[in-house]
Amino acid sequence: MNQQFTSAELLAIMGSRQLRDDTTVFAGVGVPLLAAALAQQRHAPKLTMVIEGGIIGPRIKPGRLPISTNEMRAAYRAQMLPGITDTFLFAQRGFLDYGFMGGAQIDQHGNVNTSVLGPDYWKPKVRLPGTGGANDIASLCKEVIILTAHEKRRFVPRVDFVTSPAWLDGGDARRRAGLPFGGVSRVVTTLGVFGFDPETRRMRLDALHPGVTREQVREQTGFPLLEAPEISVTEPPTADELAMLRALDPERRFLG
Amino acid sequence: MGDPALRPAEWDFVAARRRLEAKPKSAGEKLTSIDDAAARVTEGDRVAVGGCLFSRTPLALVREILRARRRGLTLVRNLMCTEGELMMAAGAVERVMTAWMSIGLPWGVSKVMRHYVESGAVALEEWSHLALGLRFRAAAMGVPFLPALTMLGSDLVAVGGMKTVADPYSGETLAAVPALFPDVALLHVHRADRFGNSQIDGYPHMDADIARAAATVLVTTEELITDEETRRHPDRTVIPGFLVDALVHVPFGSFPHECYGLYEADFDHFAEYTASIDARGPEAAVGEYLARHVYGPPTWDDYLELFGGERLARQRAAAKELTG
Repeated sequence: MNQQFTSAELLAIMGSRQLRDDTTVFAGVGVPLLAAALAQQRHAPKLTMVIEGGIIGPRIKPGRLPISTNEMRAAYRAQMLPGITDTFLFAQRGFLDYGFMGGAQIDQHGNVNTSVLGPDYWKPKVRLPGTGGANDIASLCKEVIILTAHEKRRFVPRVDFVTSPAWLDGGDARRRAGLPFGGVSRVVTTLGVFGFDPETRRMRLDALHPGVTREQVREQTGFPLLEAPEISVTEPPTADELAMLRALDPERRFLG
Repeated sequence: MGDPALRPAEWDFVAARRRLEAKPKSAGEKLTSIDDAAARVTEGDRVAVGGCLFSRTPLALVREILRARRRGLTLVRNLMCTEGELMMAAGAVERVMTAWMSIGLPWGVSKVMRHYVESGAVALEEWSHLALGLRFRAAAMGVPFLPALTMLGSDLVAVGGMKTVADPYSGETLAAVPALFPDVALLHVHRADRFGNSQIDGYPHMDADIARAAATVLVTTEELITDEETRRHPDRTVIPGFLVDALVHVPFGSFPHECYGLYEADFDHFAEYTASIDARGPEAAVGEYLARHVYGPPTWDDYLELFGGERLARQRAAAKELTG
């Protein structure tokens, strides 16, 4: 791959392209928030960002990127600061088009684990920070897009613990669990873009980033991947996108 | 310790209501000292902490509770930060109920949380962020649960023992998010009058619901205002005085955490704190931190002197720049 950009830059740019104009996005801090801000500046000026600390419609102040979802940097020039519970209830009502998040461990049905590694929740091998709002975002948004580095240790057949539900065991399992809408639509990684088979809800390779091979993707994925009938190749990040993105994070706090 | 069953006292709305009915709900004086306020927290209490992560954390109250060497507490907070780490390292808590615990992205997963939770010394009961918000709201409403669409299908359901309920109209399955009635709420606000009428600027987090949910409410305030000022802007009051049991005037009462519009969180301090944990391990590093910042300085002013006036002024200026 042409290394004119870092993995985080690639992820932010490929992620930003997923967001359409005239929509709302529930964004996690770090790369998802940068991706949303980039989309807003470039092709989606009528996008509203929502942050779980109780923040609606903030602007990103370059060089003052938030490190959490509830601080003044995240609330910079916001349009509304509702309570946290009410912020999530906007999503439960159906006002949030996209959930935009990262993930520690993800499985073939898109379920994400950010809670514990190991088989016993109460005796964890590794205790991770937890769901935060990720479970709520995965449960309540119209669609969820996951942005993550593509590594074999992250892409497992079945997560140790389902923190954030996507398609659960596949098929109509999500519907049966009481979630009649939503779900993970795409997984954007450092290697490509993935969707889910509409019947089995198993992860499917849809597009490769320039210079990435199917073999590389298979090697870095811990389960068999479905493949779209035609696998496309994404457009490489443009100079324009890179310049705008880098202007948002001049300290390179999240861009690596 | 690892028992996933809900404790009935968490959601028993009848008992919680009787407790409130038996309590004086005075419009009188609430102003007191920090040690008198902290003394109202007793061994084994379920303590809810207001603010969120490193925003508007009632750190002066947390510090005083640690100085009083309370034990066996259950700490409830939607997103937990250094206050939870200090509580764990001091041996004050046996259970935490939260959606997330660490400081923030630059410092990775909390080593202190990992140490105490992985060793089994502290049980971490995880609920989704909205679920915890609805647990406080159900309690604030005086009902035993609220129907919602969160957590369904996830492994979080079994952790906290949440049940589901069938919608009597459509038959759909809904989460029955149980109420959570805390024994004590610890809150930090921007301004309050001596009767406890409290106002918050910026993001309100969950504080208003927590104040309504808890049996006892302890508040620290950045600014003490007159009764006349409260009455001039009653629309700004989010917690009425009759909910409040004790009020303490503590400027910079959340520091090194932030208070919206007044001072930004001290990220340099977080970096020094986590670097010391990386170098010496959670027990030794946080042990030293407790000795220096909690058990050592007798008053909050003495504590603030460890940071120095210049640092406080810098954080004030940063907040002005972001909210001005």
